[in-house]
Amino acid sequence: MTTQTILPVNAEGLSQLSKQRQEPTWLTENRLKALELAASLELPKLEKMRIERWDIQNYGSSKESGSISSLAEVPASIQELVKDQESGSLIIQRNSGVIYTKLASELAEQGVIFTDLNTAIKEHEELVKAHLHTAVTADEHSVAALHAALWNGGIFLYIPKNVAVSMPLQAVLLTDDEEATFAPHILIVADTNSSVTYVDNYVSGESTKAVTHNGAVEIFAKSGAKVRYATIHQMGTNVTDLSYRRAVIDNDASMEWIVGEMNSGDTMSDTYTILKGNGSTSDSKIIAVGSGSQKLNYTTRANHFGKSSESQMITRAVMREEATAIINGITKIEKGATKSDGQQTEKVLMLSPKARGDANPILLIDEDDVKAGHAASVGQVNQEQIYYLMSRGISREVAESLIIYGFLAPVVSQIPLEGLQKQLQAVIEGKLGQ
Amino acid sequence: MATHFTIEGLKAEIEGKEILKGINLEMKGGEIHAIMGPNGTGKSTLASALMGHPKYEVTEGSVTLNGEDVLEMAVDERARAGLFLAMQYPSEITGVTNSDFMRSAINARREEGQEISLIRFIRQMETKMKELDMNPEFAHRYLNEGFSGGEKKRNEILQMMMIEPNIVVLDEIDSGLDIDALKIVANGVNAMRSEDRGFLIITHYQRLLNYVKPDFVHVMMQGRIVKSGGPELAERLEAEGYDWVKEELGIEDETVGQEA
Ligand SMILES: Nc1ncnc2c1ncn2[C@@H]1O[C@H](COP(=O)(O)OP(=O)(O)OP(=O)(O)O)[C@@H](O)[C@H]1O
Ligand SMILES: [Mg+2]
Repeated sequence: MTTQTILPVNAEGLSQLSKQRQEPTWLTENRLKALELAASLELPKLEKMRIERWDIQNYGSSKESGSISSLAEVPASIQELVKDQESGSLIIQRNSGVIYTKLASELAEQGVIFTDLNTAIKEHEELVKAHLHTAVTADEHSVAALHAALWNGGIFLYIPKNVAVSMPLQAVLLTDDEEATFAPHILIVADTNSSVTYVDNYVSGESTKAVTHNGAVEIFAKSGAKVRYATIHQMGTNVTDLSYRRAVIDNDASMEWIVGEMNSGDTMSDTYTILKGNGSTSDSKIIAVGSGSQKLNYTTRANHFGKSSESQMITRAVMREEATAIINGITKIEKGATKSDGQQTEKVLMLSPKARGDANPILLIDEDDVKAGHAASVGQVNQEQIYYLMSRGISREVAESLIIYGFLAPVVSQIPLEGLQKQLQAVIEGKLGQ
Repeated sequence: MATHFTIEGLKAEIEGKEILKGINLEMKGGEIHAIMGPNGTGKSTLASALMGHPKYEVTEGSVTLNGEDVLEMAVDERARAGLFLAMQYPSEITGVTNSDFMRSAINARREEGQEISLIRFIRQMETKMKELDMNPEFAHRYLNEGFSGGEKKRNEILQMMMIEPNIVVLDEIDSGLDIDALKIVANGVNAMRSEDRGFLIITHYQRLLNYVKPDFVHVMMQGRIVKSGGPELAERLEAEGYDWVKEELGIEDETVGQEA
């Protein structure tokens, strides 16, 4: 079956938009080329799910969002997320544009760049051009192509050589106008021997009209750099979330993904590290809760090119009600990536007879001198355990929640940022309705 | 209030197979009853049916605790009414720490807003763990996960000591315990003896009963209590085995499903 992607904008409109934003010619051309690709390429192939049937055509059109000058003006829906952040480094994107940018002065002094992507293109053109769309490329499928054509707002973070940033930088990405395109692009470049932690939240407002989030994250960790990227997606039932996250890491660089998949709408996410350099390491932790009739497709990937590179991928998902989750882990070790080690685990806990879960661990190994392993499990809550807890006087509800948190705890407790751990815990509680 | 626990004509089945064929037993606060009997005669089934294990269906009979109908209650209600079962094979639960579990169990008995303070809870738990000679690190381990057989049994007794129930059923609490641990666990039980607490101790061996002296000893065969007596009955069983009981009662095969 071929599925025609209905383009949300024509070439003329796109080109005009690009001009309005005063984008350089190469970028306008990139966008136009990507738009053409979007019309000709197929949708991505999802394991055991038909994305063709998802509601993924709701791009609206690019709309201006009014900037704000102080956090007192942020929409109520994100107040909690940004409180006490007046002096911290924070970017807020609302719908198609960034409305607030703040970089802590001590970081600015060290040469850290943290700004919306449009500004970055004007002020640091070469740096952006060298990386933009080189990890998630427009020619992969129609979703990536549409993203490259339409992306808006966005975040650019650059850490100079040898700079270690200890305070996490934060971003909040909010969609609360269903008529506005929501396609943020996150670009992070960590230069040689730098280190950084970046945390963001994807949230939605009150609207119940359908919105498609088509987002991409590209991370480049140069030699010896350490990047920790944490993200919590907590958008409502009206938002279909398509997220490609990709990191390319050089010699001795390390990448850490912490992903909370807490949306209430259908979600496709693909979290991928390319271990290009020798001695590079990647660690991903995905924690997911599904409810209602959500269709969820989560993939983690690690592709080893560098010698002695190590990857670890863990996904734990709890499925309630009629939620369906397909969870894929793909560890690929290329020929020549000797002494590499790739490990992955996917576990799904189903809380109701109508919930579905499927874990697909895949190892693709082209080199003999490596270690690789996987473990996967899918199961219901163990009634014997519920009985045991209840026999001590604990109610069924509390017993179930103890077991659910217990299932997630070994991963949640490994999250190195205490604040994030708490935040995630609260979102999980919300999603589990307790 | 004086504890009074009564089992009358209790029959129970599992997956359509009748295991308990009419159990009668009366226990009062302060009493210790021992149940002995060969393998597969329904002892653990009795314990599970009393606690309300979902796999066991009670088909006849009644169980009351201080006049309240136990069989009407859900498992957690039975526990909060004062019933406690130290299980022969306790579950392992990954991700739930022993201390979180026990705090939940204690708070389940308190009103909302009246939860035990963390500091008080920790102090209590540490004291009891010391009495049972348990390494304090067990508080932070996941519930029973990777515990040795003996450690699990000690953990069951720890729960009993924290919860302070009125009717305590111990299902083979002595199996898997080394001699020192047996003494420690027995001391734990003896320390809990009181006028308003009754014990029902399921065991295969006289050993435990040397430390925890029972007032009554019952023998189970074919899903029934076939003989009852005082502590001397346990001693005779230890010395002579079950053949004489079977002979006396004309039983050939003592396991469930074999009718006399
Ligand atoms: N799920 C089941 N399906 C069928 N029969 C069962 C099931 N569970 C228990 N039984 C049977 O019920 C009978 C009584 O078992 P129970 O565990 O109560 O014995 P027990 O007296 O505690 O033995 P032991 O001393 O070995 O612990 C046994 O014959 C056992 O095989
Ligand atoms: Mg038994």
